[in-house]
Amino acid sequence: MGLLSKKDSKLIMDPLADNNPITIQVLGICSALAITAQLKPSIVMAISVMFVMGVGNVVISLMRNIIPSKIRIIVQLIVVATLVIIVDQVLKAFAYTLSKELSVFIGLIITNCIIMGRFEAFALANGPWRSFLDGIGNALGYGVILIIVGFFRELLGSGTLFGFKVLGDPVEKTGLYAIGYENNGFMVLPPMALIVVGIIIWVQRSRNKDLIED
Amino acid sequence: MALDTEKNSYTVIFSIIMVVVVGAILAGLASGLKPMVKANERFEKQQNILYALGVNNNEGANDVQFISTDNVEEEFEKYIKKQYVFQDGELKENDEAYLIDIKKEETKAKKGDYKRRLPIFVGEKKDGQEVYIVPVRGKGLWDAIWGFVALDKSMTIQGVYFDHKGETPGLGAEIKQRYFMDDFTGEKFLDGGVFKGISVAKGNNDPKNLIKDDQEIDALAGATITGDGLAVMLSKDIKMYMPYFKTLN
Repeated sequence: MGLLSKKDSKLIMDPLADNNPITIQVLGICSALAITAQLKPSIVMAISVMFVMGVGNVVISLMRNIIPSKIRIIVQLIVVATLVIIVDQVLKAFAYTLSKELSVFIGLIITNCIIMGRFEAFALANGPWRSFLDGIGNALGYGVILIIVGFFRELLGSGTLFGFKVLGDPVEKTGLYAIGYENNGFMVLPPMALIVVGIIIWVQRSRNKDLIED
Repeated sequence: MALDTEKNSYTVIFSIIMVVVVGAILAGLASGLKPMVKANERFEKQQNILYALGVNNNEGANDVQFISTDNVEEEFEKYIKKQYVFQDGELKENDEAYLIDIKKEETKAKKGDYKRRLPIFVGEKKDGQEVYIVPVRGKGLWDAIWGFVALDKSMTIQGVYFDHKGETPGLGAEIKQRYFMDDFTGEKFLDGGVFKGISVAKGNNDPKNLIKDDQEIDALAGATITGDGLAVMLSKDIKMYMPYFKTLN
């Protein structure tokens, strides 16, 4: 037996592919559109969501027996808002330029449906360890899509990865630009994120026919 | 004894405890991180002022790269020779003029007879020319826009830096792009000694902005309101410095 039991590792692996929050459940799309023009903010967003979802799920799970059911949504909102403020403050203190780039989107993690969905559907009914794994798994599934989208958008839109010119210099016309390649300006605009997400959904469903709904 | 979580009194007590705990955690965190956040804000202002002065880390033709935060304080001291506050016709030296909150000054000036403090930074360009950098702040389409403008004695622009809070990406947000900011260099606020301001206009037959004495910058496509806001901001805020620039000539 590995580090995790079969049931536990399913909690991590499922959201990565067959139950991905973005491509299957179609949640959290807004942030996937907004911050994926570059790879770096995509990764920071993925890590931030992982922190909020992992810790949030544990906190909700620990409190699941004492939360009054009448105000449980408010309690969940308070937990997620607190964690988001923590992330926001830490970014402002230690990664100021990035926090400016992500601007309102860190704050908008509060409205990320994936998080409230996991609190409500999983953490309220399961123990802290399994809730933690579920949170991390879903955040990973979300993050993977963000990183894939960020990778293609930055590469094709700006010809860079993490800000480094990987396709050559568009001004000096070196590398691929020397043979006539041009950056695709559309890639930097939000609608292209939707198209890239669409392509990922298409590829995923054509590989796994079980995912296609009748 | 099992907890009755459905009772109203329990709900109220639970809420109060939760608010106190969360409040304490956040207050502790915010006060713990405050010095770092403040330092970052200070560095950002210094970077912006230096950028308007032409001191930056730009390498490529389209870069907008600031001086790194590691040495921004040294560079600021090296290039910014003096900082002044101009208030009601009086000029006072103030080493922390760059920390003055323009927004608060503007609000205070609207109420009562408060004469707002106008910060001026006297800098030296890399070629030794003396320039005067002043902050500006105004409204774009969605939210605030602001920046720094470096002027010489004749109120000719030597460099600018613009930023915004929430303009549309790809449209109004382009005001912080190099190609737009570079257009301002060389434009004049004065026409025959009279303050004219600068308009941001479409269709001025000068898309490359080669004519520098027409008080016009070619506008950004699809960002009319942001462009107009920018022009208003420049005219309104730079005009307040006219009495100071008169003393220089």
